[in-house]
Amino acid sequence: MGEAVHPANTAIPHDHAEEVELYHPHSWWTRYVFSQDAKVIGVQYSLTAIGIGLVALVLSWLMRLQLGFPGTFDFIDPPAYYQFITMHGMIMVVYLLTALFLGGFGNYLIPLMLGARDMVFPYVNMLSYWVYVLAVLVLVASFFAPGGPTGAGWTLYPPQAILSGTPGGQDWGIILMLLSLALFIIGFTMGGLNYVVTVLQARTRGMTLMRMPLTIWGIFTATVMALLAFPALFVGAVMMLLDRLLGTSFFMPSLVEMGQQLKYGGGSPILFQHLFWFFGHPEVYIVALPAFGIVSDLIATHARRNIFGYRMMVWAIVAIGALSFVVWAHHMYVSGMNPYFGFFFATTTLIIAIPTAIKVYNWLLTLWRGDIHLNVPMLFALGFIVTFVNGGLTGLFLGNVVVDVPLSDTMFVVAHFHMVMGVAPIMVIYGGIYHWYPKITGRMLDETMGKIHFWVTFLGAYLIFFPMHYLGLLGVPRRYHDIGQAAFVPDSAHTLNAFISVVALVVGAAQMLFLFNLAWSLRRGRQAGPNPWGATTLEWQTPETPPGHGNFGPELPVVHRWAYDYSVPGAARDFIPQNEPDPAGRAA
Amino acid sequence: MPDVAPAPATEIAPQTGGWPSLVADWSADRHAFRGVSWGKAMMWVFLLSDTFVFSCFLIGYMTVRMSTTVPWPNPSEVFSLEVGGTNFPLLLIAIMTFVLISSSGTMAMAVNFAYRRDRLRTVLLMLATAFFGATFVGMQAFEWTKLIHEGVRPWENPWGAPQFGSAFFMITGFHGTHVTIGVIFLLIVARKAWRGDFDTGRKGFFTSRSGRWEIVEITGLYWHFVDLVWVFIFALFYLW
Repeated sequence: MGEAVHPANTAIPHDHAEEVELYHPHSWWTRYVFSQDAKVIGVQYSLTAIGIGLVALVLSWLMRLQLGFPGTFDFIDPPAYYQFITMHGMIMVVYLLTALFLGGFGNYLIPLMLGARDMVFPYVNMLSYWVYVLAVLVLVASFFAPGGPTGAGWTLYPPQAILSGTPGGQDWGIILMLLSLALFIIGFTMGGLNYVVTVLQARTRGMTLMRMPLTIWGIFTATVMALLAFPALFVGAVMMLLDRLLGTSFFMPSLVEMGQQLKYGGGSPILFQHLFWFFGHPEVYIVALPAFGIVSDLIATHARRNIFGYRMMVWAIVAIGALSFVVWAHHMYVSGMNPYFGFFFATTTLIIAIPTAIKVYNWLLTLWRGDIHLNVPMLFALGFIVTFVNGGLTGLFLGNVVVDVPLSDTMFVVAHFHMVMGVAPIMVIYGGIYHWYPKITGRMLDETMGKIHFWVTFLGAYLIFFPMHYLGLLGVPRRYHDIGQAAFVPDSAHTLNAFISVVALVVGAAQMLFLFNLAWSLRRGRQAGPNPWGATTLEWQTPETPPGHGNFGPELPVVHRWAYDYSVPGAARDFIPQNEPDPAGRAA
Repeated sequence: MPDVAPAPATEIAPQTGGWPSLVADWSADRHAFRGVSWGKAMMWVFLLSDTFVFSCFLIGYMTVRMSTTVPWPNPSEVFSLEVGGTNFPLLLIAIMTFVLISSSGTMAMAVNFAYRRDRLRTVLLMLATAFFGATFVGMQAFEWTKLIHEGVRPWENPWGAPQFGSAFFMITGFHGTHVTIGVIFLLIVARKAWRGDFDTGRKGFFTSRSGRWEIVEITGLYWHFVDLVWVFIFALFYLW
């Protein structure tokens, strides 16, 4: 059958078939711990990321306790507070979001959605996970090292990052942080190569690039970006390690600390900022693009409607990925630069709004007149659109030099990036977990607990971050341990801060309900069956649920259509799986 | 229905030139790059990523070199070698460069013989490549020793900007590590080739995948890349 439909494919060189040989585990250890199966590795990545994410969640509680009720908690002194914000930011951006989207969703979904048996190099894939674990362990170790973790802020700007006034600057903190980042990048590279090559070279028959689900497009583009952006962070980390350990002066100007002339001299702190943000800005989209992709699939599936403008969605993802490499200096408007550069980077930044707006309109037009099922994944997808639009619009404020300069380093910035790359991607992560949990475990997550979780998280996130915009416009600075009694900060700001802190505690607690749901549904959840949502993509068409080793049984599926045949007029059901052949009459 | 499902793959393929044809080629069925194996594709993507690593190192070095206010040591004088009472600027570096470029030649020949299944010549040429690589690293070690004796440290040197030593040790160290890893890979692959793994389909110890002669070419890709990087280091660090 496949031969008849795709005669061109018979020309595949023989040695490609050899590569499909699968590694078969022989023991419990190689099956579940040192597993080479992408599905197991995906779950391992996800659980590790969620585990370290919980640490970041607790840190955010501690920060909010200090901000909401300054002076009440003795153990949160200024150094501890700086350590909390640094580790919270770094864990959330790198070790949770990046690892969960690419390592977790990427590993689980890429082979299944493309009709592959596994990643192309399962052994390297396994190494990727274990190097990631090592990076996380080094990161956690810094909490127990002398002097504690680094308190340099998640951007780790030199020179302060390695000076004695910064927590961990002259102790172990910054060293472990930089080592952990370098390890993370090495581990990620091993995984990332797998994701890219699997998408490019290991798809099943009929799965052209322009038939791939948008989830895969998002993860694929983000992985390519990560492979090109992480090198800058790697180099920055190596140089700063040399500055700290060997006394080189890549980033260190000559300076006087506590009345003492330091041995450094002649380095450029701005160089680090360029390296960091050449990584840091694409990083925003490394997190956002998988979210864009996944949310497209959630919306199409749960609104029973084909995605609007599939090709434009793909091009928008690629365009955003490319543009994100030429906007990095918009994080450095206040660092001092030639005004023409500011003009250039403001322009490129605002241009990104075009493909992004295309995507938002396409999501809305997909929903338009759809058969919207307001189940938990759909709720989270809708929550994503709202929070993302909100965060994206404040991005237009901050992308303009003249507006950014007064707002820089205020709570407005905190509100902006939490909305756009904190809350919004995490909404998608939750939506994705509620959506794919039935495939991973064979059971549904509890709907009632899920809805409580959604509403508390969604409304709570708004109550936390919306008022922060107002605080920022007042001029309340970020990264202050205690804003004290400044004349420009009215009393109401302090009340608002206390309110935000209380909501943050509640929202954090709601995440425990989610974790309970994950564990409870594993045994008590309703049996899901192979395709509970009536979805078209290949992962829902596996012979077994959860999918077995090799994913698809003896024969790989053959793809006959794109991923979005929902509510096709005249079809027997309101969805047509990608591997269902065209009926004779409809075939061209 | 505003959107129509894309046509089956057979209808997408034949297009007449221009962008649509390029897109159709790239988004072809199963493989974006027809006839390119997984391993080779992966090496290319890795090299692309590694290019960014070296670019960042070199751009970082050029930035500090341009921004420092202290004079930069003159590379022709620093890297000169005294032979028979005459000072030859960049003599050692020239020899190192020659050796490394030559090793690319032997590597290319090894790949050629590998595809002819000529076990003996392949192995000998790979060993020659590894030897040249090891010689390169050895000369690098000699150069490091010489500079360290003359008082060059990562944090200072007798002639000017301390960033000279920092960038030198960092960049040549990172490149030397790449060469060393390449030598190790060459030796491993040469051993496998000699044992006949690529003809018998013997499985790898870690990966449990059968080895193929193509691995020689993939190792070669890495080796040529390391050479190419050296050319840039040579031009931007020693000749500037």
